[in-house]
Amino acid sequence: MIPLLHHYQLVTPASLAEALDDLARHPEARPFAGGTDLMVVLEAGHLPPGRYVSLPQCRELTGIEEAGGGVSIGALTTYTTIRHSTLLASRYPMLGIAASETGGLATQNRGTIGGNIANASPAADTPPALLVYDAELELVSAKGTRRVPYRSFHQGYKKMDLAPGELIARIDLPPKGGRHMSDSWRPPAGTAIAWRPPSGAREGQWCDYYRKVGTRRAQAISKVCFAGSILMNGDKIHDVRIALGSVAPTVLRATRTEEALRGQTLDEPAIAAADRILVSEIAPIDDIRSTARYRARVARNLLGEFLRL
Amino acid sequence: MPRVTCTVNGLRTVLEGHPMARLLDAIRHSGLTGTKEGCGEGECGACGVLLDGVLVNSCLTPLAHADGASITTIEGVATDATLHTIQQSFLECGGAQCGICTPGMVLAAYELLSRNPDPGEAEIRVALAGNLCRCTGYMRIFTSVLHACRAAGGLG
Repeated sequence: MIPLLHHYQLVTPASLAEALDDLARHPEARPFAGGTDLMVVLEAGHLPPGRYVSLPQCRELTGIEEAGGGVSIGALTTYTTIRHSTLLASRYPMLGIAASETGGLATQNRGTIGGNIANASPAADTPPALLVYDAELELVSAKGTRRVPYRSFHQGYKKMDLAPGELIARIDLPPKGGRHMSDSWRPPAGTAIAWRPPSGAREGQWCDYYRKVGTRRAQAISKVCFAGSILMNGDKIHDVRIALGSVAPTVLRATRTEEALRGQTLDEPAIAAADRILVSEIAPIDDIRSTARYRARVARNLLGEFLRL
Repeated sequence: MPRVTCTVNGLRTVLEGHPMARLLDAIRHSGLTGTKEGCGEGECGACGVLLDGVLVNSCLTPLAHADGASITTIEGVATDATLHTIQQSFLECGGAQCGICTPGMVLAAYELLSRNPDPGEAEIRVALAGNLCRCTGYMRIFTSVLHACRAAGGLG
């Protein structure tokens, strides 16, 4: 269908300052980044009419750089840029893998990580990885900036800690502690599923696991998405982080499952205990893509695969 | 009528339309109907064009984002009456059936070969993963792209 475009305005400020000024003067205005979600909603006739502020020319909001021992990603950075970043591949490798599994190349060329966060889909692919990496968001408005932990940003289905006039400016990934995966080791190209450094290299460093389950590798929206990171000390779990997509009204950090595993010897009884807690922590639903029962089973299987690797 | 100025297939062009109108519609209304609409929601790749050399789905690109850009559509791939190596390969290898997906397939392959003149089949499959063929002629499409790489020793 052809939407009634005269109900919409799309303005193009020349800079971030102009964009923030426009958003401050029009509290109902909404930011518009790559358009890969909003244009779909527009075409379906579901985009709320009103003023939209186009952002891609805000160069201040792009780029991936080292900052404070971690890495800072501009909110307008595209999936393609994330996918090809050697800095992210060596330090926060799940992000590149998640980006490579989001849509196809044409979507990755336009879609932005900030847009993916602000779209607030519980089925989004990069947010579980961001939760595991303990990301922080820098929010900016005409009044100034503030920082929020990403894990408290999504407050309910499509509800965010984002005020009118505020934009996501940057996504900051703090140092993980422990050692990072060595620069010389990379997941094999095109790997879409579980991967770990070779055994023997695991001691004392965070090992990441990311797996998206959907109907096909490209273009499919997740049925379940799982991101995990584990830091072993001998046969004991020193620390662990687990996050899932598509199993709750928001992307979910499985804090109670983590708590049950932390400090435990990594053996079958510990895995069984974690499995029981994960089931109580998620709240999957039936929808067009899958069923609650299938999603719960797959979430448990992914937890098991992550812990047994 | 609002308008944007851009370069389409090397020619300075004025595209008219609402800033939030689909680039797809503006291109087709300008007379370049080689760009196809399939799904209209970024799933099928039939509306693929190059925006400043980068593959995009024109159904998800608002016209405002094309302002000042250089756009290549399927009409800009051939040189005068001479088909591009990729197009010739699609003909020779049976890579086109009903033809609706073909412009998007050719442009996705064109962008791949501009980045990597000698891709393997796995890379071709990744590059074309965002393009659907309702005739399901995928094998011959992949063969066509591989053949084009061999024929041209990369992008001609």
